[in-house]
Amino acid sequence: MLNATPLEIKPREALRINPAKTCQPIGAMYAALGIHGCMPHSHGSQGCCSYHRSHLTRHYKEPVIATSSSFTEGASVFGGLANLTQALNNIFTIYNPDVVAVHTTCLSEVIGDDIPMMIKKSAEEGIIPAGKYVIHANTPSFVGSHITGFASMCTAMVRYFSERRMGMRNQINLVPGYVDPVDMRELKRITKEMKIDSIMFPDTSDVLDLPQTGVYHMYPKGGTTVDDLKSTGDSMATLALGHFASHPAATELDEKCGVPCAFLELPIGLSQTDRLIHALRNYAGVDVPDSITQERGRLIDVMSDMHQYFHGKRVAVAGDPDHVISLCQFLVELDMKPVYVITGSPGNHFENRVHEILKDQVPDAMIKQNADLFELHQWIKNSPVDLIIGNSYCKYIARAENIPAVRFGFPILDRMTHRLFPTVGYSGAMHLLNKIVEVTFDKRDRECPEELFELVQ
Amino acid sequence: MRKIAIYGKGGIGKSTTTQNTVAGLAEMGMKVMVVGCDPKADSTRLLLGGMSQRSVLDTLREEGEDVELSDIRSAGFARTLCVESGGPEPGVGCAGRGIITSINMLEQLGAYNDSEALDYVFYDVLGDVVCGGFAMPIRDGKAEEIYIVCSGEMMAMYAANNICKGILKFAQSGKVRLGGLICNSRKVDNEREMIEAFAAKLGTQMIHFVPRDNDVQRAEINRKTVIEWDAKCHQADEYRALATAINTNKMFVIPKPLPIPELEGLLMQYGLYN
Repeated sequence: MLNATPLEIKPREALRINPAKTCQPIGAMYAALGIHGCMPHSHGSQGCCSYHRSHLTRHYKEPVIATSSSFTEGASVFGGLANLTQALNNIFTIYNPDVVAVHTTCLSEVIGDDIPMMIKKSAEEGIIPAGKYVIHANTPSFVGSHITGFASMCTAMVRYFSERRMGMRNQINLVPGYVDPVDMRELKRITKEMKIDSIMFPDTSDVLDLPQTGVYHMYPKGGTTVDDLKSTGDSMATLALGHFASHPAATELDEKCGVPCAFLELPIGLSQTDRLIHALRNYAGVDVPDSITQERGRLIDVMSDMHQYFHGKRVAVAGDPDHVISLCQFLVELDMKPVYVITGSPGNHFENRVHEILKDQVPDAMIKQNADLFELHQWIKNSPVDLIIGNSYCKYIARAENIPAVRFGFPILDRMTHRLFPTVGYSGAMHLLNKIVEVTFDKRDRECPEELFELVQ
Repeated sequence: MRKIAIYGKGGIGKSTTTQNTVAGLAEMGMKVMVVGCDPKADSTRLLLGGMSQRSVLDTLREEGEDVELSDIRSAGFARTLCVESGGPEPGVGCAGRGIITSINMLEQLGAYNDSEALDYVFYDVLGDVVCGGFAMPIRDGKAEEIYIVCSGEMMAMYAANNICKGILKFAQSGKVRLGGLICNSRKVDNEREMIEAFAAKLGTQMIHFVPRDNDVQRAEINRKTVIEWDAKCHQADEYRALATAINTNKMFVIPKPLPIPELEGLLMQYGLYN
């Protein structure tokens, strides 16, 4: 296991050990599944596609469909045009999706395949049936992370579909960011509760959290429809949740169709959810219903009831940048101390923003973008923490150091609560609090001296 | 803004011709950006007075991905803006990918935005269109005009013909068109007539015949374009004429590359095969 992680931290530049991120195409594939009737297509060798599908399946516990251009030595030398043309022909003939969302891989990026030209050729040759669409995003994995890939595919949805057609519609666009289907469901519940018409894109609820009915549907009922994607250009405003995953698509939509956008962060925790509710209220011109105010009240009640246990606890946080930024804000609201904060994704905004959030309460916090779990482990070895919050890969550090861990973000490969309970919104915040309480109290109850073993807490 | 890519056989004088022509356009008051797409990074030496510019890829490697436009773009002769893409040393890595990376980066940094008020962008591209990366400058939405530098030597014409095959591929689905051949004379017999005939067969024109003149070499040794080195010399007027021809050019075609026997027939007809 990780018992051999050395205490001494030596400078490293090129090497990452246990990275806290994964490939761009994984994000692109996940985003594409949030379009109704969409077949994600991986333009590269088969291995990429298989790995990405299985990684997504391990997190969402659902079958993940995707096709591949099946590059061989020949395609690497002569370019992937013939492969993509053949693939599109096969896909529309055999699987008949409404949309094929092509993303590239390292190999097709390095040989410089020009995807828009290839799509155009297929359209001219009549391979793309009438009323069907092929869209694309460039997703080289040697740049950015799965979050970049997700953002690029969201931007592609705008580039290919959004149009201003009939003047303004009384609806709000929501770009949810790289969150779980249950989070997207929760965001839709909130907007519905506030009586706001919204279009969320992408939307993987009812695609990757399906009930077991005994019948397999290749294209489940969920996902943003092409009609809805087109009408995003007519919306009153776009609320983009997350600087890294969602802001690029909202910017594109503003530039293309003049839809004003609010650049928000993921609504994780009290104040970030407040910001979302405020923005929804302002842009849609509605009142906040009592039911939402009461949800908020219940969260505050839990926060104050348990405050004595959270206060001053040292926390290490690892994960995707948008998630971590908002989570840090929440931890500060709980009077906890996020002393180590890392993301594997590159981007200076992360360090600047987390620093801004922590500067008063945790001025000496160590914050790093483009970092890895090995370094986080070294920091923890040098000065321990009370809690780790991150994805399943953090469990190795948790075991080596005997620290309780809360699973949060992507991927969670060894638990199932992320499929049941949201982390966004007031109710998501309550679930998070509950998880923090459970893991920390469980550890204390297991290990504390008998005289401190309390029935009531 | 007109976006122009210059292609041609290695060593034919693409960089020299591009920079001298750009100097001519800049002298007319045009605002021009030159993007060198050659790993040797020598496409802007004359405009910058020999100053070795740090390439986009070197900057990326040394400073990470948070690069500013001012880090990679330098001002040269007569308000020209110069960028060198750069790339790996010979024999390693992937130069084609380097061009993709640096053009993407320039777009991200807003080098082509309306606020830059550019009249022209020139891409000076290495050799043949050897792989997908070297075709980056002529993808849809990038360069829309191509000029091929050639001479009356067989291999230069052979290369020009090959480049036309590349253009044809992209022209079928995009807006890129061939604007003409620039004959950079090597004093081959019947050179002017032969290139004119070759251009006609390709469906294009010889936009200008640049005579061979040692003033070009003299200016190069002084690290200057001919116009800057000696504005009054005859060769400076030749480049001004080429610049004017490009500035007023209206003939943009999808080329018709020749089958090899036809190309050889042309050489035979103009007396190279005897």
